[in-house]
This record gives sequence, C-alpha cells and structure tokens, in this order.
Amino acid sequence: MGGYSISDLWSILVMQGFSGLSLFSVLLLMALGLAIIFGQMGVINMAHGEFMTIGAYTIYMFSKVTQQYFPSLMPYYFVVAIFAAFGIAFAAGYLVEFLLIRHLYKRPLDTLLATWGLSLIMQQIFRTVFGAREVSATLPDWLMGAWKPTPDIDIPLNGLFVMAISLVVTAAVVLFLYRSSWGLKVRATTQNRIMAGSVGINTKKIDRVTFAMGCGIAGIAGATFTTIASTGPTSGSLYIVDTFLVVVFGGAGSVIGTVASAFSIAQAQSILTFFLTNAMGKVVTLMTIIIILMIRPEGLFRSKVRKH
Amino acid sequence: MSRNKSMLAADDRTDLTRKVSALSLRTRAVLAVAGTLLITFTANSFAAEPATSAVDTTHLAVTDKVVTVGQLHSATGTMAISETGAIEAERLAISQINASGGILGRQIKIIQEDGASDWPTFAEKAKKLLEENHVAAIFGCWTSASRKAVLPVLERDNGLLYYPTFYEGLEQSKNVVYTGQEATQQVFAGLDWVAKEKHAKTFYLIGSDYIWPRTTMKLARKYIETVLHGSVVGEEYAALGSTDFGSTINKIRLKKPDVIYAAVVGGSNVSWFKQLKAAGINGKNHTLLTLSVTEDEAHGIGGENLAGFYSAMKYFQSLDTPENKDFVKKFKAKWGADAPIGDVTQAAYEGPWLWKKAVEMAGSFDTDKVVKAEESGKITFDAPEGMVYLEPNHHLKTRLRIGEWRTDGQADIVYTSDYIMPNPFPKGY
Repeated sequence: MGGYSISDLWSILVMQGFSGLSLFSVLLLMALGLAIIFGQMGVINMAHGEFMTIGAYTIYMFSKVTQQYFPSLMPYYFVVAIFAAFGIAFAAGYLVEFLLIRHLYKRPLDTLLATWGLSLIMQQIFRTVFGAREVSATLPDWLMGAWKPTPDIDIPLNGLFVMAISLVVTAAVVLFLYRSSWGLKVRATTQNRIMAGSVGINTKKIDRVTFAMGCGIAGIAGATFTTIASTGPTSGSLYIVDTFLVVVFGGAGSVIGTVASAFSIAQAQSILTFFLTNAMGKVVTLMTIIIILMIRPEGLFRSKVRKH
Repeated sequence: MSRNKSMLAADDRTDLTRKVSALSLRTRAVLAVAGTLLITFTANSFAAEPATSAVDTTHLAVTDKVVTVGQLHSATGTMAISETGAIEAERLAISQINASGGILGRQIKIIQEDGASDWPTFAEKAKKLLEENHVAAIFGCWTSASRKAVLPVLERDNGLLYYPTFYEGLEQSKNVVYTGQEATQQVFAGLDWVAKEKHAKTFYLIGSDYIWPRTTMKLARKYIETVLHGSVVGEEYAALGSTDFGSTINKIRLKKPDVIYAAVVGGSNVSWFKQLKAAGINGKNHTLLTLSVTEDEAHGIGGENLAGFYSAMKYFQSLDTPENKDFVKKFKAKWGADAPIGDVTQAAYEGPWLWKKAVEMAGSFDTDKVVKAEESGKITFDAPEGMVYLEPNHHLKTRLRIGEWRTDGQADIVYTSDYIMPNPFPKGY
C-alpha cells in the first residue's frame, strides 16, 4: 500500500468500517420480518421479498403524489410513507394468511411451493400495475449526499438512515416478542399450540397477526431500501436468498441469533470484498457459512426449546 | 391455383350474362360501365403487388396480403425492464410500415414470443418461430447470452435476426443484422474521447459479472494499455443483482483513478449510482464514463444520482434534429408521454425499416436474397439518430455520441464523432 499517508489509510478504514455496518443493517432489516415468520411460526415464506417490494412501491407512490399535489411537503413525506408501507404490507400479509397460509400449517413443504407461486403472482401484479421498468422515488434532500466529519471522510447519509431504522425496528421486535403479552402468546403458540389453545389463547388470531406483522416489517425494509437500491417488479427476488441465509445461519427462532448472524456475514463480506474481488469475497463468505452450518446445523444460536 | 381462379371467373361470367339479359337496356348500360371499372380496378391492384410465388420460394409465412414476422424479447423476468423499449420501438416501426402500404404490398403481422429472460427459452422460441410459424424475419434478443443461444437455430434454419443492442463484437453471422454498435464503435471511440478531453491516464473498470461486461472490459483494458498508454488501476465485477457497492467504492477512493469506467447492468445499476452519490462521488469531483446507462436506465436510477456523469451511446433522446423530434413525438403518442427512449430502443426501431429496404431491393422475402441485398452495401436508412449505412459485414456505419446526464434524466450531447466503420473483429483482440 505504498504511496498513501497514514491519514489516507485512516479515512479508508473508517469508511470501510462504516460500509460493513451499513451492510449489517441492511441484512438485519431484511431478516427481521422473516425471523418472525420463519423463526417463530416455521412458515417458509418465499414471497417475503415481494412484501418488501410492496413497501418500496408504497414509497414510490407517495413520492409521486407528494411531488404532484403537495410539493412543499417533499422533505417530510418519507416518514409518513414508511408507516404506510408497514400498514399496506401488514394488510396484504393478513389477507394472504387468511386465504392461503392458514390452510397449510400442517404441510410446511407445500407452503414453500404455495408461497413461491404467490411470489410469482405478486411480481406479475407489480409488472401490470407499475410496468416492467424500474422506477425510482424522488428522495428528500436530507437523505442524499454525505456527512463529512473530516475533509477525507464521507459517511453516506442514506446508510446512517438505514442503520437508524434497523435499530428502531430491532428494538421494537424484541419488545414485541419478549416484553409484551402478545409476544408471550406468540411464543406460547409456537412452542405448544394445543396447550396454548387450552389456556384460552386464540391461536388462529395469533397466527394471523404474527404473519401480518412479519410482512409489515418486510414492508418497512423495502421502503428503507429505496434509499440505496432499485425498485422493480422483481426486486424482491434479489433479497430472498440473503434473507434466508441470515435467518438460518443465526438459528431459527432467535432474534439475537439473527442480529449476530447479520453482523458476522456483513463484516466478513465487506472486509473480504475489500481485499479480494467481489466474487471471491462472496465465495469465501458462503463457504465459511456452509462449513459452520455443517458443524452446527441449528445455526449460531440454538433455541432452548426442547423439540418433540 | 391460377387455373382454378380463371375457371371460377368464367362460371361467374356465364351466370352474369344470363342475369343481365333479363334486365332493361338502361340498367344494362350502367352495369357495363360498372363492370369495366371493376375489371380495370382489379387488374390494377393485381399489378401493384408481385405474386406470392415470386417473392417467396422457401415456404415462408407469406400470403398475397400478409407477411408474418416474429418478435422475440423478454416480456417477463429480469430483462423485461430493458427489453420493453425495444418491443415498443419495433411495434411502432412495423405499424408505420403497415400504414404506408406494407412491404411488397403485404401487411406485416407480428407473432410475439416471450424469451422470459432465460437463454434456453430464447432458443426454443426461435425454433418455434422458424419451424412452425415460418416467419420471414425475427426482431429480437437483447443480451449477448440470448443472441448466442439463438444463433445456432438461426443458422440451421436459415432465419433472419435483427439484433438491436450494442455488444462486445467478435461475431458476424450471415443470418444476423446488428443494428447496435460493436465494441470498436462504442468502447474505443469513447475511451479516445475521455483520454483526450479529460487527459485521463488511469482507469478503474467495473462491470456486472457476465459475458458482455467481461469481454468489453478485456477489450477496454488492452486498448487503454496499448493505444492510450494509460493504466488500469482496478478491475472489478459485481454479481448480477448485487446491491452492495460499499467496499468497491472505498477501493476506488484508495486508487484515485482519473476515470471510473462502468458497465453495471440491471437492478445493480441503480444501487451503484445511488451509493456513489451517497459516498460523495459525483460529476463535479470525478469523471465517470458508462456503457450501460441509456434513458431507460436513467429513468430507474433517477437523474439526480447521475448528473454530470457521461454515457457513450450512438443515440440520445435529446438529439436535436427534426427527424428525431418527429420520432420522439410519435413514440410518445403510441406508448405514453412517460416512456423514455434509449439507445437500444432507437436501434430496435431501425430493424424493421432496414429489413423493408433489403426485402424491396431483393424483390423477395427469401432469406438468401435478402442477405445478398443486405451485403450489397447500398442499404441506408434515415434514422432518428441520423443517416445509417448497412455495411457488408452486417453492422451499421454510425456515429458515437457522448452524453452528459442532467438531473431530469435526459442527457446533453457534448460530443459527436465522425462516422465510424464497423469492425467486429479488431486486430489483436
């Protein structure tokens, strides 16, 4: 690394560290919704990426409408739109659970096929409604550009934003699952459905709301990703593999595991792609994950529930 | 066939005579005039279009009124984003040709097949179009991978393909007309411009990880090192669909290249430019020249993320000529005011027109005769981009333009080259 001053290398180190953290928050945000649906309920939801796309298109719609009718509100629409993204994805998830998923709880492998079909149907709906071309929401100015703590260091503002959202959502999910009475019922239903029912928990309702919650969080993730990536009918399929990777590697059923797994995958990938090529970085990361999963098939954090 | 027709006519005539004799004299006179007119008219209209047997000797789907062609693009899947513009442009050209009387007096009918962004599907659908539908020509493909998949089918069944995308070159088939630029017309001419205009010596190459960017970058690296005497300080490929460019951008900062030379495609393209902007790399402090951003992509990326960067293309929607303004107006009237028109869209529009000219010169739809006309070196077309010349090597002699992107997703053309002869097989590559 000849020809670089110490301060040059220091700023690269800071920015590289940040890009690792920013990838971590992206992966975490992607995986949180699925950690609930797959981790808690055991439903393999292949359409998870499409619920993210719902969130992304919500942002796009809001940006269009705001630009057209309320141009003075442009700096603020994004905050409202994120809540709307949650709401719309939640409603869609609620409907999907009612129409499709609840009939398949006893047949997990059929769920895989059914939700995959659902993802294709949703992609085609997006294509029909919004067109095949990728669209781009006009972002408020405060989300664009970089924060410069020193002249050599640029910290992307959208990265900071993704990080903040991801922290807030993680905190909310942890509170929801481990501190609320609703979370208690969710965990009770997952652990022993019959017993939960016999003590008066409406397990069907719990299932429906839990699934919808996971979808709503996917909607938030998709909305947030419009700041760093593209929105098209098939955008969701770009995320689905990474999402499952994080959840499975972390250990299904453990939110802490999901956080740890997102962190280690992101840091490994970010550091390796800096020193190797992009492709090699990814290969080494995936190989490591495969080896670790061979040794620990239940992922990083084993859930302490005794399986029957 | 023709004997049957005249027998039928004779029967009709006897029948008519019998009826006429029963009518009054005056009515007879009127009928006689009308009959004469009818006969003259019919004869004339037959003289205008050559008989099907004359224009088709190889059992193509040609009738007295209609000629059938195939359209083979991805209407679904990841490439639909890019190929939609080409589908629309070809349909516009064909509807214009039909409105102006068709080809050799025949209206063009389109059979559209979906390649679904899947290369084996492209081959299978091409086979269907040629062997079941017997189409006279195919307008289609977008990625090099799909063209490579279709090529053996075309050559075996002796079909015709009009291929609209700029591509890596190193190919020339008797059965394909390439209406986009090959590498020397886009890569070398663009690098020349940036080396001269921006005094660039060091380059950082980045592309998506598949055949077109890899081959293109290989050509670019050799050209930079041997012709421009510059150096390549980094070369990087991101997986298709990859959305994380953080580490790559930091590497670029570390290497401080004069020019970032990019060929990132699809959804990744959007992430790439959004993250560049967020990392403080923009047109004011860095020179970036890309081969993969047309107005179509700019629409998805957002002009504010592109402003000040350069694209090397032969066509930009903002081109200020009467021909282009007319084309843009008609395209928007047919496909909506929001529809962006990119380089490939315009190249796709040229396909049906060039085919019409070749068929008319050959006086036949037969592939071999049309190919001979194409190779005559005399086919030209006054396209929206300006006059283009179809050279005997199946590529177009055309110009290169450098566009500087504006925040509204349109480009200002800052440079237009002289005409560049197509050379799909440059020496030493």
